Amino acid sequence: MKFPMASPTSEPTAVPGSAALPDAAVVADACLIASHRLSEWVSNAPTMEEDVALGNIALDLLGQARGLLSHLGDEDRLAYFRDAAEFRNPTICELPNGDFGHTVLRSWFIDAWLERVWCAWLDAGDEVVRGVAEKAIKENAYHRRHSSSWVIRLGDGTDESHRRMVDALDALWPYVGEIAVAGWIDTVEPVLAEAALPVPELPADGREVGSLGRHTEYLGALLAESQSLARQFPGATW
Amino acid sequence: MSARAWDILAEVADPEIPVLSVLDLGIVRAVEESDGARRVSVVLTPTYSGCPATEVIEHDVSAALAASYDEVDVTVQLSPAWTTDWLSDAGREKLLGFGIVPPAAPDGRRQLPIVDAGAPAACPHCGSADVEEIAGFGSTPCKALWRCASCREPFDYFKAH
Repeated sequence: MKFPMASPTSEPTAVPGSAALPDAAVVADACLIASHRLSEWVSNAPTMEEDVALGNIALDLLGQARGLLSHLGDEDRLAYFRDAAEFRNPTICELPNGDFGHTVLRSWFIDAWLERVWCAWLDAGDEVVRGVAEKAIKENAYHRRHSSSWVIRLGDGTDESHRRMVDALDALWPYVGEIAVAGWIDTVEPVLAEAALPVPELPADGREVGSLGRHTEYLGALLAESQSLARQFPGATW
Repeated sequence: MSARAWDILAEVADPEIPVLSVLDLGIVRAVEESDGARRVSVVLTPTYSGCPATEVIEHDVSAALAASYDEVDVTVQLSPAWTTDWLSDAGREKLLGFGIVPPAAPDGRRQLPIVDAGAPAACPHCGSADVEEIAGFGSTPCKALWRCASCREPFDYFKAH
């Protein structure tokens, strides 16, 4: 099956916070790439509990990605044998982890987006898409609880943690236009407020980027790692 | 009708929580014999999207039934999504005996989207109600890590899901 392409005709809208609901290919790749980034923390997180938490969340996201990818085609081919320009994930998913605060803020933005997606898909006509969403919406609740509580704790924490969260917000905010679907900012804003972080204006452009296959320089390096085994030893099993 | 298959499934254990059978877990949605009871088909529902035990369970179910049937067909059904409300009462007892506090009992409150994972009523070691969460995630996707403020022992809580 050919991997569905995002429609190249969809023009960015002028209204901030009205990004289109993504299709299954976009969400599949978002889950896969976000999962890989979180898995990079395993054995490197600030505490052992965080190793376990980020590993568990990465595993949930990987399972969600597999549910969608295997529905769209051959999951192994789609995960391991596509190049960066064929991936459809929003670019925020592929950004490097940075420090722990940067990672949990990125996760919070993505989790809030996925919540809107899974909720919308509970009424999907496609049985598999609906099934993945029914499962994922429950897992997403744990993810949001984890990421949002860390954003609040670090944003409203010490001078140092607050400074780092402000830096993370500055670095990540230019990328949220792609995921700011209707309702996203309403989820995100109260947590940023509680975290004593500013809520910047939503970017008005750049809404269709990753979903058109346009990516940052970081995705290629990520794929070089995540795909290396499958490409060196095609068909390997263990 | 498919009593033999159900009996076999009652002996297939969860690989990560081996005191629970797949029936205790509530992941077996349907069992159907056909072709003069030479063939059996089983429908399973996964617990968590990425739970590594899912594939092992599929394999174990298939292998256990293959000893008694000529043909075994195991399929996975995502919808309706598995919930801990489907854990059997016997399964809840077994979990507690294993040192894992079972999920808060179903009370009809868990409409989608779920906002919390419930909380253990008491420490499985000393029975104290003075318990606190250490981490929302544990050694498997289904568990959270808690501790008792009275006896100071940590323990697993099977999250309401």
